[in-house]
Amino acid sequence: MTPLLDVQHLTIAFEGPGSALTAVDDVTLTMQAGETLGLVGESGSGKSVTALAILRLLQPPGKVIGGQVLFEGRDLLRLTESEMRAVRGGRISLIFQEPMTALNPTMRVGDQIAEALTSHGVGKGEARRRVVELLDAVRITDAAKRSRDYPHQLSGGMRQRVMIAIALACRPPLVIADEPTTALDVTIQAQVLEMLRELKDRFNLALLLITHDFGVIAEMADRVAVMRGGQLVEQGPVRQILRAPSHEYTQRLLRAVPGMSQR
Amino acid sequence: MPLLEVRHLVKHYTRGGGLFAPPPTVVRAVDDVTFHIDEGDMFGLVGESGSGKSTTGRCILRLVEPDRGEVVFRGENVLEFSRGRMRLARRDMQIVFQDPYSSLNPRMRAGDIVEEPLIIHGLGASSERVARVKELFGLVGLEPAHLRRYPSEFSGGQRQRIGIARALALNPALIVADEPVSALDVSIQAQVIELLLELRARLRLTYLFIAHDLRLVENICNRVAVMYLGKIVEMGDAQALFRNPTHPYTQALLSAVPRLDPDAPRTRIEFDSASFRRETPMREIGTSHWAAV
Repeated sequence: MTPLLDVQHLTIAFEGPGSALTAVDDVTLTMQAGETLGLVGESGSGKSVTALAILRLLQPPGKVIGGQVLFEGRDLLRLTESEMRAVRGGRISLIFQEPMTALNPTMRVGDQIAEALTSHGVGKGEARRRVVELLDAVRITDAAKRSRDYPHQLSGGMRQRVMIAIALACRPPLVIADEPTTALDVTIQAQVLEMLRELKDRFNLALLLITHDFGVIAEMADRVAVMRGGQLVEQGPVRQILRAPSHEYTQRLLRAVPGMSQR
Repeated sequence: MPLLEVRHLVKHYTRGGGLFAPPPTVVRAVDDVTFHIDEGDMFGLVGESGSGKSTTGRCILRLVEPDRGEVVFRGENVLEFSRGRMRLARRDMQIVFQDPYSSLNPRMRAGDIVEEPLIIHGLGASSERVARVKELFGLVGLEPAHLRRYPSEFSGGQRQRIGIARALALNPALIVADEPVSALDVSIQAQVIELLLELRARLRLTYLFIAHDLRLVENICNRVAVMYLGKIVEMGDAQALFRNPTHPYTQALLSAVPRLDPDAPRTRIEFDSASFRRETPMREIGTSHWAAV
């Protein structure tokens, strides 16, 4: 089966005057439709930079210096900027860690969801109808009323639900979620993860889940890729990685996770 | 006699209000909190944001003045202490903050940061202080070469070691550790936790360990209290509490923690905040185990 996403030998450098730092070094990842791939690593491992590069959102001095990002049969690195705009939000969307900074504080949340639709060619009336549907889908009660709220009027968990509604607006086949629940309390995190699982099945989403938390990985991922210092050190099915990691670094990371007694 | 007894501690904040604003609302950040810590305890105070766990820690050190209650340290209520007497008491009670990026003065060298409490408290001649700072650096696993560096030259884990060395400078008996590892990467977390445990044994320290990470608390604490909206809802020996969580909020909190086993059954318990009754008193539900049920 042709993979949905096929990242081949991706190499990213941060170029300074007279020197370059390789942030991502020859990373190869594939994802099938509907699959959840957990991308794990500590700060500086290159996991977020990889995600940004897939969406071509890397800011200078960061630069892709090698490799391909094949998605739905095209190399995203070769698309024009306007073709890429259609991909972002339309075919691949991104959920950030901090919903407060990712949402526009001066726009009603309903308008922000509608904008995600209209910017991909959906008519205004249709967009308005879909906003309520989407807020329902992310389990925001009283959706019609809530759609008129501004981000600051919502709790952290609700804002993250709005972000997810925006990400799902165009029913993209791939969602990249960068530490989507790290800023949330554990009970809210559990609700958001549960909802993501449900939406993933309902819309047959592939999810590239970037996290440092092996608990979140265990709950969500089908497969896991572990990054360290810009390199992929290990990749495999979730049970194999959690139970019998072969790389020394993965073993060390797992040992560092405070174990929860069996309940 | 316990090292620390907190009795009926209360801290309320008023939010909003003003000439044209809606009437102010009272936030019961800490609402009649009572617990004690014995010498040598690693006491975990657990809760989510807004539970009042950090405010409780700060009230104990009087970094925040509580409205009511008692904080009895070695038999004396520190809330009645004068400023001068409180300053002396702080030699025995120190705090380690969550964020090693914002809690260290960026313009001071690491050695000076650790020495500062000694100067403030007028302890030792200059040469003695220098020797003490060197000793503290060794104690927390920093090199003598680090003494003259600035905080920005250190990694997060190293900065937290500087924060710990500073807290240890005055040879305290009690350390309030307020989410000391939450800002750190997992592998670094493990190292800092190891250091805290090692120091506990070596220096006979007692910790109030404030955290939101239940897995961590279960692993390192011998006694635990769970806070929700300013109240302790459950408290006890860590083993008893984690084996038999009884308050519905504790159950919900524990069930929300992601399991490391992908095949573990997901049985999440939701806590209905509308069912929460602040006035429910704590009662003993087992050996060394209390819950407000």
